[in-house]
Amino acid sequence: MQAVQTISNLHQPSDMAFLVWSMIKVIAAFSVVMVTVAMLTLMERKVSAWMQDRLGPNRVGPGGLGQPLADGIKNILKEETNPAEANRVFFTLAPMLSIIPALVTFAVIPFAAPLPTRWGVIPMIVADLPVGILFLLAFSSLGVYGIVLAGWASSNKYALLGGLRAGAQMISYEIALGLSLMSLFFVVGNVGLPEIVYKQQQMNLWFALPFSVSFFFFWISCFAETNRLPFDLPEAESELVTGYHTEYSAMKFSMFFIAEYAHVLTVSALMATLFLGGWDIPGYGGDDMLGFGADGRWIGAQPAIWKTIVSFGFFTAKTFFFILIFMLVRWTVPRFRYDQVMDLGWKIMLPAALVAVVVTGATVLGLDSAGEPFVQVAPDGTRGAITLFGGLVLTAVNGVMLFLVMWLMDRGRVLSGTGSMDEKRIHAQHLARRRAEQMRQRLTTPGSAVR
Amino acid sequence: MAATVQVMKRPVRKSSYIRATLSGMALTFRHLVQSAGDRSEKTIQYPDEKKQLSPRWRGTHVMETHDDGRPKCVACGLCPTICPANCIKLVPGEDDQGNRYPIVYEIDEFRCIFCGMCQEVCPVEAIHVGNHYESGEYTRDNFVYDLDRLMKQTHPSTLLWDPADPAGE
Repeated sequence: MQAVQTISNLHQPSDMAFLVWSMIKVIAAFSVVMVTVAMLTLMERKVSAWMQDRLGPNRVGPGGLGQPLADGIKNILKEETNPAEANRVFFTLAPMLSIIPALVTFAVIPFAAPLPTRWGVIPMIVADLPVGILFLLAFSSLGVYGIVLAGWASSNKYALLGGLRAGAQMISYEIALGLSLMSLFFVVGNVGLPEIVYKQQQMNLWFALPFSVSFFFFWISCFAETNRLPFDLPEAESELVTGYHTEYSAMKFSMFFIAEYAHVLTVSALMATLFLGGWDIPGYGGDDMLGFGADGRWIGAQPAIWKTIVSFGFFTAKTFFFILIFMLVRWTVPRFRYDQVMDLGWKIMLPAALVAVVVTGATVLGLDSAGEPFVQVAPDGTRGAITLFGGLVLTAVNGVMLFLVMWLMDRGRVLSGTGSMDEKRIHAQHLARRRAEQMRQRLTTPGSAVR
Repeated sequence: MAATVQVMKRPVRKSSYIRATLSGMALTFRHLVQSAGDRSEKTIQYPDEKKQLSPRWRGTHVMETHDDGRPKCVACGLCPTICPANCIKLVPGEDDQGNRYPIVYEIDEFRCIFCGMCQEVCPVEAIHVGNHYESGEYTRDNFVYDLDRLMKQTHPSTLLWDPADPAGE
């Protein structure tokens, strides 16, 4: 719990330096993301192969490293089929609408500690938007338009069903996604991602613990948002051929594919930032820095080049941890039924996320009124760090809530055959009641009781 | 009458979702760690390493030849007769010493079901099914093997029945 420290000998980059460095960052981030996405397709195939005791692609280049390149060349050279009945404009537009939001969202995620240069301190984030995560949520849900349009424009019943499912699923889980972040927002008091990272560093506790319920729900919603198993209902190979991209081929199909992996990458990076401290170096306080405050003074510790490099390494490691979990889940858990997905979204996650928000708010309020201020407030009225004590109390409260959620989900009522089991239960009750009625009639009717 | 449905009351342990998911993920992760880095030995990397064929594997045919290069076949006509797939075409001929020889001997490997009966029935042990399986071709016509091609086959012939090892062990 250190007080907010400021360093005044650092200066902001000039407008020209800002422009040049922004362009460098855009190009670097874009190429790194695209290469990572390409490598993720290989990683997915390798990881799934290893899980099934296979080898995976190993012919192109050492260890199959050239496989994404070969796939890319193949997809560009392949013939593109356009269904005669398809709406050509929307059919072409859909893959673009799908890939752009997936790539744009990466812009607001800080990926390393600020880099000191002779032209000023450069924040390692492509666009440090004040609305940060709201921008991210808005754009990531925009991706569903691509999928719905693809389903509709294909003029194919399976594609349409896939698009429909995507729409319904996105709407259901978008709410839980937003709600799960609510408690985080009002504790941090800001929606900018650098601020969220800074708060975690100051508290010396990553938000995964004090907001474990949010973390859990956010995680589940992210699986639904990225359309990956166990929520890959829009593609659902066994039911809908491949859903919304049934009619797509060559590079257009590839774009959907890239969009999916870009989404996975962004969402993993987002989870790492929100809940695992982003680029925070674990157990090291010297990297707690936010950036320039409103008065132009530097807030936080002294930036250094080695801090930028090491923090970028930690950010990558955390992101890849989540990506690995994504893959692990995909190749382990079977797909939910459609009604189960809706039930989980509306009947469990939505109310439970609301309750979590209320309980977290009550805890913060209770701590404040008990004389243990949750957020340190400086004499001049600015909000400071979240106290570690407050974080630990929240950890305990959230732990209890998480246990309750798990306990409820584990009872077999929620995720085993929901709809059909209800029907069966009602039917059985009905039968039992009728049988009891008959028995009562038989016993009360004179003459038949002798039997 | 409506069908009566018996609702099974399963214990929580059996109907649990979270525990089942976690144990499943532990299993896949264990396999992932075991064979990470292509350490799994279960795959035979086909073009590089080939499976050991059984000595009784029945593949594409081989025609045995005499030392002077003539086929051993005496054109008796037993193999086209016994062939269940009717894939052997034989036109017998006879030279001036009265020795029978095949003028045309063709086997359509596409029709062949590789039962090995031609080899069993052959009185002079001329035609054999071979210990061989890589027989890909670019056209269907190439799958009709004529006499020259059958004689040129270099792969070993199949051991249908080894007198020293009657049970095939």
